[in-house]
Amino acid sequence: MSQYRICPNSGLYFDKSAESLMKANAVAGAVALLVAGILALLVGLTRWPAVHLLGASDFYMALTAHGLNALIFWIIFFEIAILYFASSTLLKCRLATPRWAWLGFALMFIGAVTTNVAIFQGNSSVMMTSYAPMPAAPHFFLGLILFAVGALIGCFVFLGTLVIAKEEKTYEGSIPLVTFGALTACIIAVFTIASGAIILIPSFLWSIGIIGQIDALMYRVIWWGMGHSSQQINVAAHVSVWYAVAAIAFGAKPMSEKVSRGAFLLYILFLQLASAHHILVDPGVSSTWKIFNTSYAMYLAVLASMIHGLTVPGSIEVAQRKKGLTNGLFEWLRKAPWGNPVFSGVFLSIIIFGFIGGITGVVMGTEQINIIIHNTIYVPGHFHATVAVGTTLTFMALTYFLIPVLFRREMILPGLAKWQPYLFATGMTMLILFMMGAGTLGVPRRHWDMGFADSVLKFEYPGVAETMMALVGIGSVLAVLGGGIYLLVTVGSLLFGKKLEASAGLFQSFGVPLATSCYTSERPEPARGPAADLEEHGSSGFEAPGTFALAMVLLISFVVYYFINWKYLSSVWPLG
Amino acid sequence: MSAILPPSERIWWKTPVGKEEIVWIALSLIWCLTMFAMMPIWHLYGKQNLSNEAYRTTPSQFQAKVQEMVDNYTVRTETAMNIPVVRPPAGSDVYLLGRLWQWWPLLELEKDKSYRLHISSMDWQHGFSLQPLNINLQISPGYEMVVTITPDTAEDQTIVCNEYCGIGHHTMLGKIYVKE
Repeated sequence: MSQYRICPNSGLYFDKSAESLMKANAVAGAVALLVAGILALLVGLTRWPAVHLLGASDFYMALTAHGLNALIFWIIFFEIAILYFASSTLLKCRLATPRWAWLGFALMFIGAVTTNVAIFQGNSSVMMTSYAPMPAAPHFFLGLILFAVGALIGCFVFLGTLVIAKEEKTYEGSIPLVTFGALTACIIAVFTIASGAIILIPSFLWSIGIIGQIDALMYRVIWWGMGHSSQQINVAAHVSVWYAVAAIAFGAKPMSEKVSRGAFLLYILFLQLASAHHILVDPGVSSTWKIFNTSYAMYLAVLASMIHGLTVPGSIEVAQRKKGLTNGLFEWLRKAPWGNPVFSGVFLSIIIFGFIGGITGVVMGTEQINIIIHNTIYVPGHFHATVAVGTTLTFMALTYFLIPVLFRREMILPGLAKWQPYLFATGMTMLILFMMGAGTLGVPRRHWDMGFADSVLKFEYPGVAETMMALVGIGSVLAVLGGGIYLLVTVGSLLFGKKLEASAGLFQSFGVPLATSCYTSERPEPARGPAADLEEHGSSGFEAPGTFALAMVLLISFVVYYFINWKYLSSVWPLG
Repeated sequence: MSAILPPSERIWWKTPVGKEEIVWIALSLIWCLTMFAMMPIWHLYGKQNLSNEAYRTTPSQFQAKVQEMVDNYTVRTETAMNIPVVRPPAGSDVYLLGRLWQWWPLLELEKDKSYRLHISSMDWQHGFSLQPLNINLQISPGYEMVVTITPDTAEDQTIVCNEYCGIGHHTMLGKIYVKE
């Protein structure tokens, strides 16, 4: 029997080797976030026309590294930690093959470092997408392949742990909803990594001269099978964390297990089709293919997100109303713990992900509307709402919960932590909205000089586009400041926070004993749900009217904004 | 604490679903199907659609076609680099190439006339971004994309490259002039 401890504050189970691995992955993620954040500042200050900090070649290098560190390395390291948490901790089960898990971690770490080295050597400023036939150094691709193999091992360790938990009966009934969501993320991750292998291995062979040519369109279709799907891992993972935080912070119970799990199932079936969003204005692909795929069959994955958008806050509302906060539509929300960064981070994430990230994603993913948006800076506006606020802010919020529970430290600077989600979300929202505005005026993404000073031909964007790019710059400074405070508080707490009790770190997983041990090998009680509350579904009215009202506001905004974009499309030259 | 614990009801798939969830799912599904229908509807009734017409090509094949048009229809040259400005006949096939780092040649079109615009890349991927109108297309080497365009405003347009194509990416421009 492997050793574990029970967290005295939360009652959560921590297997010793799973605990060390969660810590290692979370810390490696934080290092990638630090690198990504510094680069974000440099990129933001360069796209601010009046500042224009970096030279062109440094800018393209910084932008390449920012994308990979923020979007791939930080997030996937953290997601591996979440997979171990959702399997080992929530199912009260030992982690499957911890040595393989460490091998996976090592490969991911070596891979991330290798790709970063390739980028900073200067010959791989090819952006995250490295579109063929633009050449990159062989070790740029090799690092990504190693990272992907490591992540794949992490996925199989997660799946193995689910098998062990079932075999050893460490839980009763079905797996928890959060584990189900993590399983969704894991299945999408396996698909993602398979697509990555199909495109990155030939790209590597091409970069060392074994393969003669890579077709540009084939590259785009398969690369996005990885590139977009990896963002769908994030969606499944951060929605799972939303459910987890609702449960942890409010004792909220899913409004309906059936509906929430059904929504995750729709993700598994349809979410990956969204890689077509990147091919909508490409030659050589038919409209039928575009319409079917860009709409995730018939927007069934959007339906799934709209369901989660109702059920997560809805479950919080139901829990709050049970505590007596029943006045009006919104007392439950007004009296929510807004000073607790675990809650405020997640709630801001839900709102901004839904209202901005979700709506813009569907609008620009419409076959014809993409014509007026493709490759403008509107696109990074959209994905900062989904990934930087949706995923990253959610993971930040979860970290505040993990500092005492997983790392066994008291959080330092709680006053600063309280404001951190607001600062980050404000900066990001500014950045997002002004990127969308500038993109609507046609400002390109991944572009060093919107003034075209070095060009033989001349072109100027309207003055308001420059103003908006300056506001994007200010937004990025605020967001980086928010991200910096997150790292200060979390890393500071790990180093200087008061120790709550001994817990396993890196060395303990290799057999180094702890000074004082709280670990035991006795068989724990299996994980089981609380007694069923039979009155729960007897109510004839709405259980969560406030959330329903908010959802209606979302739907109306969605409809209005969608048709505004069709109107705008109808104003450009006829194309056929 | 139940989303992180196994469901209380062992037979959770038989518990009834709350009213707001049912109403919300129904409304969302209607909206999803509406959005799905909008794309084919726009193909039937809207004016801004891409044609699906594309051919495999090679840089040298495509360049030959562009050169032929330039030889036949150049009306003047512009800038110190003497970039040709081509005024092809209304309704004809017009060729435009993207390469590191220019859109070539410059085009002069008549307002309210339709042209079959063929675009391809000589080297890496490029982004055709017509400004200030804001029409954006992805251009890949090896593929010849055909789009019928009908300039219905007399405003001159600049073609910006909005797919990153290396260190000179931000200097890559072209022009489509529109004459009454």
